Amino acid sequence: MLLSPAPLHIPDGFLSIVVSIICWVITIVTLYFAISKTNQALGEKQIPLMGVMAAFIFAAQMINFPVAGGTSGHLLGGALAAIVLGPWAGMLVMTAVIALQALLFQDGGLVVMGANILNMGLITAAIGYGLYRSVSSQSKAVKLGVAGFAAWLSVMAGALFTALQLWLSGTSQLNIVIPAMMGVHALIGVGEALITVAALSFIMQTRPDLLGEGSESAKGSRNWIYAGGIISLFVVLISPFASGDPDGLERVAIDMGFIDAGQDAPYSIIPDYTLPFLGETALSTILAGIVGIVVVAVIMVLVGRGLKAKS
Amino acid sequence: MPVTHIQNTFTQPETSNDVLSVNDLHFSYPDGHAALHGVSLKLCSGDKVALVGPNGAGKSTLMLHLNGILNGKGEVEISGKRLTRDNLPAIRAMVGLVFQNPDDQLFSPTVFEDVAFGPLHMGLTEDEVRARVDNALEAVKMTAYKDRLSHHLSVGEKKRIAIATVLSMNPSLLVLDEPSAGLDPRARRTLINLLRELPITMLVSTHDMALVKELFPRTIVMDEGKVVADGLTQDILADEAFLNQHGLEKP
Amino acid sequence: MHFDAFDRYHEKESFLHKLDPRVKVLVTVIFIVSNALLPDGAWLAFILAWLFVVVANVISKLGIGFTLKRSIIALPFALIAITVLFSIPGEPLYTFNFLSSQLTITDNGLLRFVSILIRSWLSVQMAILLVAVTRFPDLIHALEHLRVPAILTTIIAFLYRYLFVMTDEVFRLIRARESRSGGVAGRRSGGGVLWRAKIAGNMVGQLFLRSFERSDRIYNAMVARGYAGHLYTLNAHEMKSYDYFATAFAIGLIFILQVIGRL
Repeated sequence: MLLSPAPLHIPDGFLSIVVSIICWVITIVTLYFAISKTNQALGEKQIPLMGVMAAFIFAAQMINFPVAGGTSGHLLGGALAAIVLGPWAGMLVMTAVIALQALLFQDGGLVVMGANILNMGLITAAIGYGLYRSVSSQSKAVKLGVAGFAAWLSVMAGALFTALQLWLSGTSQLNIVIPAMMGVHALIGVGEALITVAALSFIMQTRPDLLGEGSESAKGSRNWIYAGGIISLFVVLISPFASGDPDGLERVAIDMGFIDAGQDAPYSIIPDYTLPFLGETALSTILAGIVGIVVVAVIMVLVGRGLKAKS
Repeated sequence: MPVTHIQNTFTQPETSNDVLSVNDLHFSYPDGHAALHGVSLKLCSGDKVALVGPNGAGKSTLMLHLNGILNGKGEVEISGKRLTRDNLPAIRAMVGLVFQNPDDQLFSPTVFEDVAFGPLHMGLTEDEVRARVDNALEAVKMTAYKDRLSHHLSVGEKKRIAIATVLSMNPSLLVLDEPSAGLDPRARRTLINLLRELPITMLVSTHDMALVKELFPRTIVMDEGKVVADGLTQDILADEAFLNQHGLEKP
Repeated sequence: MHFDAFDRYHEKESFLHKLDPRVKVLVTVIFIVSNALLPDGAWLAFILAWLFVVVANVISKLGIGFTLKRSIIALPFALIAITVLFSIPGEPLYTFNFLSSQLTITDNGLLRFVSILIRSWLSVQMAILLVAVTRFPDLIHALEHLRVPAILTTIIAFLYRYLFVMTDEVFRLIRARESRSGGVAGRRSGGGVLWRAKIAGNMVGQLFLRSFERSDRIYNAMVARGYAGHLYTLNAHEMKSYDYFATAFAIGLIFILQVIGRL
């Protein structure tokens, strides 16, 4: 569908009620903070600004560019929204977009909307803003580089969380859904990264004031660096573990009672189940790629912070 | 419809006759660009005045001063009330400002919500708000459009609803920015008839000189942040050299 | 230019159209929750739930198959659930070779897969019906009444209003891009992926700035009409007695569905 930039909009029926509720709780608590923080800091202009920005994100998701073989790159926009509007406002804007897509276009379900907001609106914004904020006083090139990586990782995080929720709901097999979702989104994320970088660089050139000192983008608390960092770390650590040792993750989930609670039609999971056609090699390739990029990113962030500390 | 003028001029101070009085208004934008250099003008009750001039002459900047969105140096009085921070809400109810792009003016999903926005924010009761909305829509002959969605309207319809959104506040002065821009001939004609019939003082900024000639007995010409002419439309339009000098054309 | 594709409301004079939007939102959500709660293979309950949808279609006067025709949109997502066919232990039904590996569909796997699809398919139909019989602004009012924070409903209202304006702008930008990207015969047109991504990114940046400036003008238009930081709305939807009856009736039916599904 025209409006669906990535297969992350989970329809109703694919998540169990328990998983849906857990996601709603996380989403509502986060939005509660987002709303009270925004209300505190709210300039009168923020209301129309956030409204029009939501329409902007919606419309920007329709701008695509051909990549290869009939596929095209799209924008999800969570990282971009958080970087230009600030994290809390970015989350609210993304929430409005996802809610409207579900309500008006059935692009994503209603009862699972909490999960969709969490995956596409909250996590993406936290990663996007957190990583960007960590280098916000660096040179333009560093900022753009990190923003691009953050955009890519935000899509990967959305995919990972979607996969985990599907698995906890008993809808998908863990050792298939994680590599499949992460593999597809590793590509989609590149489109996200390219558009985010190009858009930010355009804005930096034409209206540097919107991203500079005193802008909403610069006002976000430095704690976001830790929040974004922790979620990124989670994505980075859990993906290889889940793909390489799905049984391990399943054991953890069973021990913690997640699986029984999450799946309303409980069934035993076949131990040692593997699908040969995905193979160790495909997995390890994806993993190696992820680990490689992550290492580069961590180094970039550390170097960035080091440089900042000096100056 | 005939225009009603205030009758008892001699029992009131002179200024009360002026719906709008601007005195020596100066304004510079934060980037240092000076937009207004000492603008002064007066509008009497019932006046319908055209405001013309090239782009960048300061017309829009002036309009944004009339209900305090911008605050320059100088005096702005609406019906004898000096515009200050304290009486801003009252002034905003008295000056109906209609912006050029109706998509900016109509920001609510439905026509009703948009026309009700002004009265609601004046603190009127629900019944009053509903009555105001009905009256305003009737004044622009759009009663049947009350429950329509704004994005379903044509440009001409949007322009008329945009006018209704401020008429619902019962303003004593209507300020319109480029009302005829982007309209096809028929929509433009409907709008001209509407403006002619509205019994309200108005200041209309426009590039549409045919509209000026047809509708407004008095014209104010602005250029480079100053009023360069203020007089009878027929006199101003007759002076072709003057018009050319200020980037205007004879209709 | 105007995109009908974005209009989901179908004007009709029906009982469902007349119902208070709160009722419709509540019943839709409860119905979808109920679907999620039905156990796998509760065939009778699934059939009754489907009848519920069909009857709702009929009452709406939109035609018995109105939502059916539009309900395929969730199907591509079914791909993600396909693994349960093979992964759940049970009696083997069918074994085939796929990319040199042997896959066995089990009866329990099939049961779960079909159940997931049915739940999703029923739920999406109800959501389609909701927006077909409720004007979107009324839906926003319903959310307001149902205690969704005003800041969110306001953003959604602005989003809905400017969706149309913005997509017009996007299509103008895309048309401008296309009209300038002519190809020369025999030569590959356009640059590499990076270059194309940069063009798309510039368009996004362009759109952002236009939106930003527009929000400034909208703010002026709001201030000019008395806005001072607090928004007032007037959306008196009054619950009539038939609204209450309809809610109770629908919830009763859904409850019976749950009981039957668990027998």
